[in-house]
Amino acid sequence: MPKRGTPPIQGDLLQGTLDLLILKTLAAGPAHGHTIAHAIARQSEEVLLVEHGSLYPALHRIEERGWVAAFWGASDNNRRARFYRLTASGRRQLRQQESRWAELVRAINLIVQPGTD
Amino acid sequence: MGLRRFFRRAKWDDERRRELESYIDIETDANIARGLDPAEARARAHRKLGNATLAREEIYQMNTMSWIESFWLDVKFGARVLRKSPAFTIVALLSLALGVGANAALFQLLDIVMLRSLPLERPEEIVEVQVPPGPGRVGAFMGSRPQLTNPQWELLRTRQSSLTDLFAYGVVSFELADGGESRPIPGLFVSGGYFDALRSTASAGRLIGPTDDVRGCPPIAVLGHGLWQREFAGAADVTSRTIRLDGELVPIAGVVPQGFRGIDVTRQTDVFVPICARPHLKKENPALDVQNVWWLAVFGRLKPGVSIAQASSEMSSLAPAIFAETVWPRYDAITAKAYLANTLKVESAEKGVSTLRTRYGTSLTLLLSIAGLVFLIACANLANLMLARASTRGREIAVRLAIGASRLRVFRQLIAESLLLAAAGAAAGLGLALLLSKLLVLLLTSDGSAWALDRSIDWRLTGFSIGLAVVACLLFGLAPAVRSTRTPPGALVHLGGRGTAGDRHRLIVRRLLVVGQIGVSLVLVVGALLFTGTLRNLGHSDHGFSENGVLALFLDLRPAGVRPDAMRTYQADLVDELKRLPAVRYADSMEILPVSGSSWNESIVIDGKVQEDYPDANRVGPAFFGALDIAFIAGRNFDERDRLGSPPTVIVNAAFRDKFLSPGNPIGRRFNVLVGPGQPNPTYEVIGVVENSTYRSLRDPLGPQMYFASAQQAEPGPFLTVALRTDGDPGVLRLPAADVIRKTHPKIVVTSTVMAEEIRSSLLRERLMAALSGGFAILAVILAAVGLYGLMAYGVARRRNEIGIRVALGANAANILTMILRETVWLVALGLTLGVVGAVYAARAAQALLFGLAPSDPSVIAVAAATVAAIAALASVVPASRAVRLQPTTALREET
Repeated sequence: MPKRGTPPIQGDLLQGTLDLLILKTLAAGPAHGHTIAHAIARQSEEVLLVEHGSLYPALHRIEERGWVAAFWGASDNNRRARFYRLTASGRRQLRQQESRWAELVRAINLIVQPGTD
Repeated sequence: MGLRRFFRRAKWDDERRRELESYIDIETDANIARGLDPAEARARAHRKLGNATLAREEIYQMNTMSWIESFWLDVKFGARVLRKSPAFTIVALLSLALGVGANAALFQLLDIVMLRSLPLERPEEIVEVQVPPGPGRVGAFMGSRPQLTNPQWELLRTRQSSLTDLFAYGVVSFELADGGESRPIPGLFVSGGYFDALRSTASAGRLIGPTDDVRGCPPIAVLGHGLWQREFAGAADVTSRTIRLDGELVPIAGVVPQGFRGIDVTRQTDVFVPICARPHLKKENPALDVQNVWWLAVFGRLKPGVSIAQASSEMSSLAPAIFAETVWPRYDAITAKAYLANTLKVESAEKGVSTLRTRYGTSLTLLLSIAGLVFLIACANLANLMLARASTRGREIAVRLAIGASRLRVFRQLIAESLLLAAAGAAAGLGLALLLSKLLVLLLTSDGSAWALDRSIDWRLTGFSIGLAVVACLLFGLAPAVRSTRTPPGALVHLGGRGTAGDRHRLIVRRLLVVGQIGVSLVLVVGALLFTGTLRNLGHSDHGFSENGVLALFLDLRPAGVRPDAMRTYQADLVDELKRLPAVRYADSMEILPVSGSSWNESIVIDGKVQEDYPDANRVGPAFFGALDIAFIAGRNFDERDRLGSPPTVIVNAAFRDKFLSPGNPIGRRFNVLVGPGQPNPTYEVIGVVENSTYRSLRDPLGPQMYFASAQQAEPGPFLTVALRTDGDPGVLRLPAADVIRKTHPKIVVTSTVMAEEIRSSLLRERLMAALSGGFAILAVILAAVGLYGLMAYGVARRRNEIGIRVALGANAANILTMILRETVWLVALGLTLGVVGAVYAARAAQALLFGLAPSDPSVIAVAAATVAAIAALASVVPASRAVRLQPTTALREET
């Protein structure tokens, strides 16, 4: 539960990152869980191999926060699937998280690869 | 958001399940498309998804609030446990419901009568102006709150400056009937500021305002909601109609809203009339300009920043002038001096005033304490039961602890069980409370007063009931729960059904509980004996007259329009007519009917010396003594010699003779009655002496009384009281008497009461206390007996093996009995000792309510102790006989 204390920084970081990935994937258009999982794997050139099951709690969480809205629809091969689309606040959140991610990457790069910046 | 999610968690879970299934389907499809066979394709899909249950679990956890969840589980489990032992559950629920019910019912009444503040803004600013009681308050007192006279009020109103919203009212009774059977209604004479100060607005028409209350005003009436509904069926045009009050038609100005109480929070008022209109309605006693008629109560609101002490000191500085300007010219010098010494003070009236409070406040407080004690006894029984259950459930708890339940978890579970019981008990008790308080109010109103009690359930009552239930739950649930969870699980798992180290502590607790129960029930039995003794003493006290067979008639002769100088003959003729009724043995008139609430006393002068004590006075016809069966000791009764114009004569009672006329023969002695300066004090000759009798209240000692002759009164007032004695039921005289009166004049209003009933209802408070304290005491003793029985039975069961061995080794029945009863005797003795100490202390609180008994009457305490001991013995008979009859072979065979 989000209200419960301050989780460890690392967890926060990872969790936040997964949220970012989902939001970014949904920015291209509505998608269901299966598509999102495969899209993340494909676009990261199979580097970010999230266990597909762990995607769903994350989806649930950001749906609760109102960043995405869900609806049941038909998949490409006509299976019923739960689709997610970004809401307005999801878009705002995506922009925020993108810029925060950029800052983070720059900060870490400053330490890990000094001089390249 | 959390709660909404919490309640939708099952729906969410289902949604997730379908979503995850949809993932598997899509992935399987994709795998098949890649050329895998369907089974393999599905298996791979599952692998790719990973642990779906874990994901669902994680989502479920996100939605739930774990403490609510586990609490709900505890409650469900608790309910199941309770259902499994219905006997325990029913006993527990019944005790709780009765305990909570009785307490809440009494609390509700106590709250209405004593605890609530006036329903006004800043009630703490409301104060009453009073004349402290003392020798200076002399004259006639009318209504239930006679604090000031009208002349005093009129001066005070214009001179004081520390109060705003100043208002006065006088309590009266108006007569609705236009002849025939009396229909009195409670009314108020109010000052012009009354309704403004109480922030009331009319629900129809208008209320009485300052412009209505000016000298010489015509009467107008404002109706109470109840009267408006009863007499006018809530008619909207009521403001264009009139109401007959004491025979006068009075225009109706308006109606007060429903639920309007005024400052007297338990009095129902049916009609309000401006003070200035009193001379129109109470012609025989206008009171506005009479300086010795006390009938007004005065209230006001402290101005901002003024304290009660400051207001009081302003009042006392105004007092000398106010009293100096309002001395009754007919006071004698001594009385006038006492009158001038009067002062004024201000008292808080935050909670309003209430006759019910003065009359029943102490009783209700005491009854609530008694009910509280009974509740404690019931709780002790429940604690005992729970402890016994904890013993038998020891193994279950040990197992749960052993397989890893945390102590807190088990503890919470046990508490949840008691909470469940407490909640159910409180709910049932609240329902019962409404019934019980309705019953109590019925009892209280049976003395003829119309109490206005708003008995709706409010947060205070609910809070009280819940609080009580929580206390009970903690009392009977906490100790067993702590005990159960503290025992190391190993010990219990090993030891099967029999005792453990923990059991010994438990037993001590249980013994203490039983000792407490016996002690408290002794206190309650003592209380019950004291109150029933009081009732008996009052009911059978020798009050010197016999009320059986007496019908009293109160006649209002004003509508007959008799001239004052013709009134004496008119009344005498009417009494003669009544005397001639068949079945009437004696009938005569009197000024004061004993124990009717009215009284009259006079200052007398004997041998030129003004007596300090005022003897009670009455004015009677000769048959009065026969009608009330008051015997003559010496001298003669009134007869034809004692008529208007002949030398005044008087009959006195034995107490009068002993106090004022002894030594020597009282017959023929003379004394004067003080009437005031400017007039000669009439001289009376004593012609007879009668037995002592009760005058005002059964509680008063039989004091000196003097009886003047009705026949010697020049101009009697328009009210006549007659007592008729018959041999059988006095009720049968009602109709023939009413006929005689109607024939005399159809508009005469009459109230008839059977005197014995009147006297019984004057003992209402005593009957209430006797009945309720008796009931509670019986309940307490039964509960304590059950507690003792439970403990003994448990003891015998626990010692079966021991008893078996002892019998096998040759112990006889007497040995076993001694062994078992020794414990009981100790417990009972200890309990009784504590109880006697408690009773002596507690009875002091009840002293004011007792009559003819000392609070720590040794015989009462002895009887109570014997009763409790006898019942305790009874309670231990069954377990003891079970122990004696125990077959050693059976008992020993059980040991494996």
